[in-house]
Amino acid sequence: MIVAGIDIGGKNVHVVILKDGALAAQGAAATGIQKAEAAERLYEETLRKAGLKRGEVGRVVATGSAGKRVAFADACIADAAADARGVHRLFPSARTVIDIGAEEGRAIKISPEGKVLDFAINEKCAAGTGTFVEAMAIALEISVEEMAAISLKSNTSIPMNAQCAVFGESEVVSLIHQNVEKQDIAKAVHDAIAGRIASVARIVGLEKDIAVIGGMAKNDGFIDSLRKEMAMDIIVPNDPDFVGALGAAEAAAKGVLEEKIAAKVVGQEIVEGEKTS
Amino acid sequence: MAKYKTKGLDCWKRAKELRNRYYKDYKESPSRGGLRWEGGAWSFDAIPQALEGEVHGLSEEPYGASIAHNPELQVRYQEAAEGKWGCARDLCSYMRAYWGSVALNEYAYGGPWPHADFIFQNQICCCHSKWLQVADEIDGGTTPYFCFDVGVGPYDKIGDRQIEYVVAQLYDGIAFIERVTGRKIIEEKLIQNVYNTYRSNCYWAKTCELNQAIPAPLDEKTMFSLYVLGSLEKSNQAIADFYEKELYPEVKDRVANKIAAVADERCRVLGDSQPPWGFLRIYRYLEQYGIVSVANLYTFSLIGWMKVDEKGHLVPYPTLEEQGITIKDRDHALRLLVEGELKGKLMWAPFYGANYKNDLVTKIAKQWRCDAAIIHLNRGCEGTAQHQMQLKIALQEMGVPVMTFEGNMADEREFDEGRVLRLIELFVTETLGLKKVA
Repeated sequence: MIVAGIDIGGKNVHVVILKDGALAAQGAAATGIQKAEAAERLYEETLRKAGLKRGEVGRVVATGSAGKRVAFADACIADAAADARGVHRLFPSARTVIDIGAEEGRAIKISPEGKVLDFAINEKCAAGTGTFVEAMAIALEISVEEMAAISLKSNTSIPMNAQCAVFGESEVVSLIHQNVEKQDIAKAVHDAIAGRIASVARIVGLEKDIAVIGGMAKNDGFIDSLRKEMAMDIIVPNDPDFVGALGAAEAAAKGVLEEKIAAKVVGQEIVEGEKTS
Repeated sequence: MAKYKTKGLDCWKRAKELRNRYYKDYKESPSRGGLRWEGGAWSFDAIPQALEGEVHGLSEEPYGASIAHNPELQVRYQEAAEGKWGCARDLCSYMRAYWGSVALNEYAYGGPWPHADFIFQNQICCCHSKWLQVADEIDGGTTPYFCFDVGVGPYDKIGDRQIEYVVAQLYDGIAFIERVTGRKIIEEKLIQNVYNTYRSNCYWAKTCELNQAIPAPLDEKTMFSLYVLGSLEKSNQAIADFYEKELYPEVKDRVANKIAAVADERCRVLGDSQPPWGFLRIYRYLEQYGIVSVANLYTFSLIGWMKVDEKGHLVPYPTLEEQGITIKDRDHALRLLVEGELKGKLMWAPFYGANYKNDLVTKIAKQWRCDAAIIHLNRGCEGTAQHQMQLKIALQEMGVPVMTFEGNMADEREFDEGRVLRLIELFVTETLGLKKVA
């Protein structure tokens, strides 16, 4: 059984192809303005990587803020639902998922079966998202990757007063003019985001195991700040930005299974041992 | 085949007529020698409406909500308020819409802004205190203004002292109105207005109580168009008659005959705060899953008077007729009016603490048999939005799944429809485990 999951976020699109439950190929690209076209191109590219043709894919499920724009998807699921399924596949013991992408940060409480029980989102606020880090990196005139690395060298805590991405940038410029070391400013930015994300996560309750996914999870400086802010251990998967697409692919696989079961019931055949849900 | 029978309300057309007439009368009143006044929906309209001759009021919040129904108008008025007066977006969005209407010299129901002869306002929140002062400033700054204080405590702390405090101010208010208009408050009119106020408020509460039935005879989207009449002029005879003699009997009949608001009702949700008025289609979206919004402290209690009975249940407040009370004179009328408002309008209570809101809303969730809650984190009204996150915890602790979404009752720039629909879909399909009704 071959299935695909496509996650179109605010900035990037990710594709995961599973073959009989195992990873066949995955791909990522910037979405740009033409999100649907970007998804189409990446899907084709990832199929080629997997040595597969389009017709061989049994089911495609999309997710993400622009998930509904994937015209060729068989279904679209909510991003938090995709996150929950993806994390559950990787870490069945996880009960809290924190996903921080370019435009949204969210905390999800999941059941032992990987279903969404509760969620909280930092709506209408860039200060808890990847966009905030990018804006601060520009102000510091370094790359996001450099910012992550140098922040780990800092032992200084500088509380950022600004709660807003716009004023935060202004505050960073002030710190630069005060000759504060870039590594200390970088850590201050990460601490500020960690504080906001932890607040959102506490709305759903911090229950172990806690998994952090999304593009921001690749930022070791931020992860370090978040661990300290929550005073709890957290799990970060390899390729944390692919977990949404992985979850969508898992949903696609479940959809194929359900269709098979439905077909068998219609045909008056119930095969013993087959999953019923 | 649908689970339940359903049909529209027979009295729907009448409700629309009453509402349209209200706004038309306000506009046209001076041509007939009538007077106009501005005040809040929580104002004690029984008093100015007791003036001799024709008199019509414009209650602020429903006017703001009317503007909010029209996204184009909404944005234009908001931008006028911000552009002309520099007011911040974190202020009450009804108020900003109202100011924009005045600033542009436009009445949302056609023609130029209709100037009021006086303002009769009560201080229910910091915005209400200043709202009409600023509106008058925008309008030239010449309208006589009276405001009285009602911040005397929650429904379970109302005694003679609190009632006397408000009644004394109302006497001052009456003197003010008579002085600035040159007309008298007619005692017989005042007394009838108080009877009507009780009928409007108590029969709306009785109608809300009927929504405890399964299937619910009314959905919240429909209820918005019905409660509004009481928020316009609860002392009005035609409106009181509508609630007592048309709406309540019809809804009672719907319960007896199991006529549902949503034919495939299978999940009942509780709301909180005003809805995003420009996007009421989200309720129709919920219906695709067999979800009906049946209850909301705001929708019930903005107009409906209720009380907590000896068993701790929320029940409708009794009318004066049910209490066997005959109003003797002006003083008796004022005291009964104040007592009813302060004890019966439970919507005051959240202003006094999260414990009040939690207690009332959890009672509603239980009595109205709510399976879930969808809370609008309303940036447009701090008064109704306070304590919402504590409320979320309280509901979850009683086993009610809750989701929240950010929005604004009257500023569509703060409502992201796509995102909200995604959140609702997540909640409905994942947390509640529902699929769309075939």
